[in-house]
Amino acid sequence: MPEQPQIERPHADRIQSERPMIEIRNVTRSYGAFKALDDATLTIREGEFFSLLGPSGCGKTTLLRMIAGFDNPTSGSIAVGGQPMEGIPPNRRPTNMVFQSYAIFPHLNVEQNVAYGLKRLKLQGGEEKRRVEEALAQVSLTGLGKRLATELSGGQRQRVALARALVMRPKVLLLDEPLSALDKKLREQMQVELRRLQQAVGITFVLVTHDQYEALAMSDRIAVMFGGRIAQVASPKEIYQRPVDRQVADFLGGMNFVKAEIVEENGASLVVDTLGFGRIKTDKPKAFVRNGGGATLGIRPERLRVLWDNATAKFEVAGKVVERHYFGEITHLIVEIPGLEKPLSVTETNDFGADDIPVGTSIRLAYDPEALVAMAD
Amino acid sequence: MRARRFLPGGWLSAYAFLYIVFLYLPVIFLPIFSVNTAATPKFPLTGFTLQWYEDLPRTPALLDAAWNSLIVGVSASLLATVLGILAARSITRYRYPGRRTINGLIMAPLVLPEVIVAISMLLVMLQLGLSLSLFTVVLGHVLICIPYSMTVLTSGFEGFDRSLEEASADLGESAFGTFRRVTLPMVAPAIISSLLVCFTISLDEFIIAFFLTGTEATLPIYIWGQLRFASKLPGVLALGTLLLVASFLLMTIAEILRRRAARRTQNEGGLYA
Repeated sequence: MPEQPQIERPHADRIQSERPMIEIRNVTRSYGAFKALDDATLTIREGEFFSLLGPSGCGKTTLLRMIAGFDNPTSGSIAVGGQPMEGIPPNRRPTNMVFQSYAIFPHLNVEQNVAYGLKRLKLQGGEEKRRVEEALAQVSLTGLGKRLATELSGGQRQRVALARALVMRPKVLLLDEPLSALDKKLREQMQVELRRLQQAVGITFVLVTHDQYEALAMSDRIAVMFGGRIAQVASPKEIYQRPVDRQVADFLGGMNFVKAEIVEENGASLVVDTLGFGRIKTDKPKAFVRNGGGATLGIRPERLRVLWDNATAKFEVAGKVVERHYFGEITHLIVEIPGLEKPLSVTETNDFGADDIPVGTSIRLAYDPEALVAMAD
Repeated sequence: MRARRFLPGGWLSAYAFLYIVFLYLPVIFLPIFSVNTAATPKFPLTGFTLQWYEDLPRTPALLDAAWNSLIVGVSASLLATVLGILAARSITRYRYPGRRTINGLIMAPLVLPEVIVAISMLLVMLQLGLSLSLFTVVLGHVLICIPYSMTVLTSGFEGFDRSLEEASADLGESAFGTFRRVTLPMVAPAIISSLLVCFTISLDEFIIAFFLTGTEATLPIYIWGQLRFASKLPGVLALGTLLLVASFLLMTIAEILRRRAARRTQNEGGLYA
């Protein structure tokens, strides 16, 4: 979709505080020689929906548990709301957590589960009941207060876990893969609801997930993590369109990689020579650090468009379809380009008959040089 | 529910019937002869009476034995359950080298010949200079009860979702508060179940009590003593019937509680919608 006007996400204009809520400074967590988290530094802002995204074992859950107080940094410091968290146990931290297993107390009903943390506060004059009702309404569970945990569906349990944490009015709500146990449809519905809820309550949410679509759909900003290190912190759009390296690019979805030789480098742009695409002038990403004379260019499969009949484009590349895969609303084409060592992946919507292009056809693809993002080798 | 196939008729059902008869026929004789008017257990039955039951509370030696059994049973079940809780918690909660071996060693008394255990314990007690009393019986019973206690408690603790305790701490509760408000209510059925199982085992146990007791008899020892007198047999049968019923009831309650505890801890996760 080159140069379509970007539709702003509804919350993009929301005024966000620049005040830091969680400050993670050089945090390392070692288990013997193994570093689950390696020198992580990160600032999460007040009122932000922040996601920690990465494959299993990347350290995202370790980091979340250290914010909650269930684990402690081997070195480095964590502060929440300006207060250092060192030595403060989970029960005295201004954070609440939604557990992956939901951890609903099975011997208590929904109301008792939600009121669990309030009991200690000894609220006066029906305040406790009022707050429980309010929390249940926030997660659309009004009227289910007397149900036992064992009588709830997976989605309902998740809502109870949310209400139980929100009722405490924490500064930060931590969510550990909260949607992973739900089926696809319910998961997508809950993504929207969680996002709405976060905007309604204005609490800082920190979500741990391995699902890139979940992170892209819900977050204000995302930290992508690999092997205990934070690879990139940016908005979903930036992460998707301008990944800092091949690993991040790959994790966020399909990406075609093209080898390039740097011809010219200046402040904001790069001129590179490629086989297949020829000489290209493209933006130099802020995070780009030159490493020798080579670079890698990446282009998302949906940024390559099939040119029909005699249509032309300012930038095009010619090739031959070698494979075609049908996915309902889109078709996935594998196109061999002379000079490129790997064929390009192209996803095309089926409106114009991409699903009918025979294998072996010679086609031309249009692209926008801006869509080719440079990554250091 | 899985679909269950019915047994084919004929010889297989006959086998199943014989099987059950073999298991329970001897047990059935006890209540039958305990309400028979004749003093000797012989067919044909002579008539129905509750006289033997009525005589029971009028026998001081029996009441003493019942009291002794109660003391031993309560003490042994409490001790065995406390020790069982500690061991079961460690085995289900932590992973450490030798965990399986330790578990095996704790369960071993289950298959050791009781008479050997009894003799060994007698030697140990005498070496330690302990005089034989109900206290030594309690020690012996704790030894044989622990495997049972462990079995019940492990199944109750297994799968106890650790995040429940973390959730409690996360919601502001202290370590003690978490134990009182989450851990204890969750495992209470298993603990009660363990107490009942241990009490039942102690109540029925003969050999160890026989070796380790001094002058005070427990119920099984009292029964053993009465067998020398043919005239006392109907009373023994009546007492035996009561013990049988009590054991059966206690074990049933214990099993129901154990299953409830296991269901509570294992249903966690929210993976079913």
